[in-house]
Amino acid sequence: MKNAKILAALLGSICLFAGVAQAADTANTPRNSRLDDQTQLPKAPAKPVSQQYFQPPADTDIPNNAFGELVRRGQDLFMNTKALAPEYVGNEMNCVNCHIDRGRKANSAPLWAAYPMYPAYRKKNNKVNTYVERMQGCFQFSMNGKPPTADSEILTALTTYAYWLSTGAPTGKALPGRGFDEPPPPKGGYDIARGKAVYEKQCQLCHGENGEGKKVGVTSVFPALWGKDSYNWGAGMHRINTAAGFIQHNMPLGRGETLSDQEAWDVAAYINSHERPQDPRLVNGSIDETRKRYHADDGVNLYGVVVNGKKLGQGVQ
Amino acid sequence: MRKLITPLLSGLLLLPALLPLSAQAVDGSDIMQKGGANPAAMPCITCHGTDGKGMAAAGFPRLAGLPEAYIAKQLADFKAGRRENAVMQPIAQSLTPEEVAAVAKAYAELPKVNIKPGPVERPQPGSGAWIALRGAWERNIPECTLCHGPAGVGVGDTFPPLAGQSALYIENQLKAWRGTKAVAATRKTKAVAAVPPSRRNDPNGLMAHIAVDLSEAEIKAVSDYFAGLGESKEAFDESQHRLR
Repeated sequence: MKNAKILAALLGSICLFAGVAQAADTANTPRNSRLDDQTQLPKAPAKPVSQQYFQPPADTDIPNNAFGELVRRGQDLFMNTKALAPEYVGNEMNCVNCHIDRGRKANSAPLWAAYPMYPAYRKKNNKVNTYVERMQGCFQFSMNGKPPTADSEILTALTTYAYWLSTGAPTGKALPGRGFDEPPPPKGGYDIARGKAVYEKQCQLCHGENGEGKKVGVTSVFPALWGKDSYNWGAGMHRINTAAGFIQHNMPLGRGETLSDQEAWDVAAYINSHERPQDPRLVNGSIDETRKRYHADDGVNLYGVVVNGKKLGQGVQ
Repeated sequence: MRKLITPLLSGLLLLPALLPLSAQAVDGSDIMQKGGANPAAMPCITCHGTDGKGMAAAGFPRLAGLPEAYIAKQLADFKAGRRENAVMQPIAQSLTPEEVAAVAKAYAELPKVNIKPGPVERPQPGSGAWIALRGAWERNIPECTLCHGPAGVGVGDTFPPLAGQSALYIENQLKAWRGTKAVAATRKTKAVAAVPPSRRNDPNGLMAHIAVDLSEAEIKAVSDYFAGLGESKEAFDESQHRLR
């Protein structure tokens, strides 16, 4: 059933498709909501029942040479982003939080389905984006930080890791399992109050009563879902449709695809109806202008929307 | 009214004689050493060791430094039968709620297990370390450390430390979560009935499916891995990142 969902226009992809544009934009580039919005690529094709998802190589296949060393370094960074690249991560997120199983898991925005799709022309910013530029978007929005430079050791290592995971994957061909395979919006819409009930029952145990996540010492174990330690208002995950896809396929951890599409949408709406760090593209200090330019056409999101008497998008420090 | 009150009062007067300790404040370390007021609540140290670190050879778990709420929950679950164990159930049933609270607090105050932060580990596929650090996502099995914390030091009140526990204890728990499947009769052998899981107290069913989907060999290997981590003599350092 899931595979039959056709909603390309609405469906966002995630942090992986969020905001490359921004990092690469020059001040002279004309902007409008169409060009800069965070939306995304068409929906990934359905997986034929008889077929497996693409299988990335095994760790035992990493060669014992300089290339292999960089693959391992990329993997280390991918799993321990905050600890190993603290100057570029402004919150407590690590790449692996959204890209489960070290970027290998289908429908958790696997790197093997992303890497071979770049460089790609995106009409959003009217230019050809490289994979490195795409990752810089992750650092700026999902990690609420400062992107490392394109020729940095960090982005070279992360690129090498993604390239290695894509060994044998066809270039320029959208693979099943790409992105989050988002469920269609429920017929009756989503409900934040119902989402709160789902959250308390299924998510709070790990992510905390206030979405703050859980740590061991200074190390984040369960990521924050809102507040200062979480992704900012510009990240792809701030879209309810995108978060619903991630949640439906991957949450609760190890028990993915147990929540209904409705529950996934409701709880995604609850999570994304909380304050988080400001969209770094804030236009003239105005939430309304920022909504108009970057959020109005960007899937289903609550930036600049009044919820429970409060306009969302204030940001948190 | 009077008819009711009189027996009630005399009952209250008798109570201190029946439970000599109940009038005093309950002391957790006293319960560890000497047991609860009810003699059926044996001293904890008999099995869990004088230092609270358990007895590895017998599979009695470490309690030292475990979260207070976790210990209290386990005792409540033994009592309610959500966690079955021939030794612990009668003990849990003999402890008063005050004694449970006191002993949970006292064990939580003992030193927590510490594994010194180190460089990123490179586990070999097929090893116990692999399950612990990488999981088996093709079967929806997250790496143990994803919930139990880096090096299995435990996270919050819900996810207890695996480090510091013996291989036998961890193995027994994984087997308790899964039970055994029924085996059909053949011409030469009799049918074996399924044994339902004897531990059913995992929040949101997070552990049961993992234990069911791990192989016997994986259970053994991952239990050995955590038991083999040992324990650092240094105090738990909250300021250093622990790498995955």
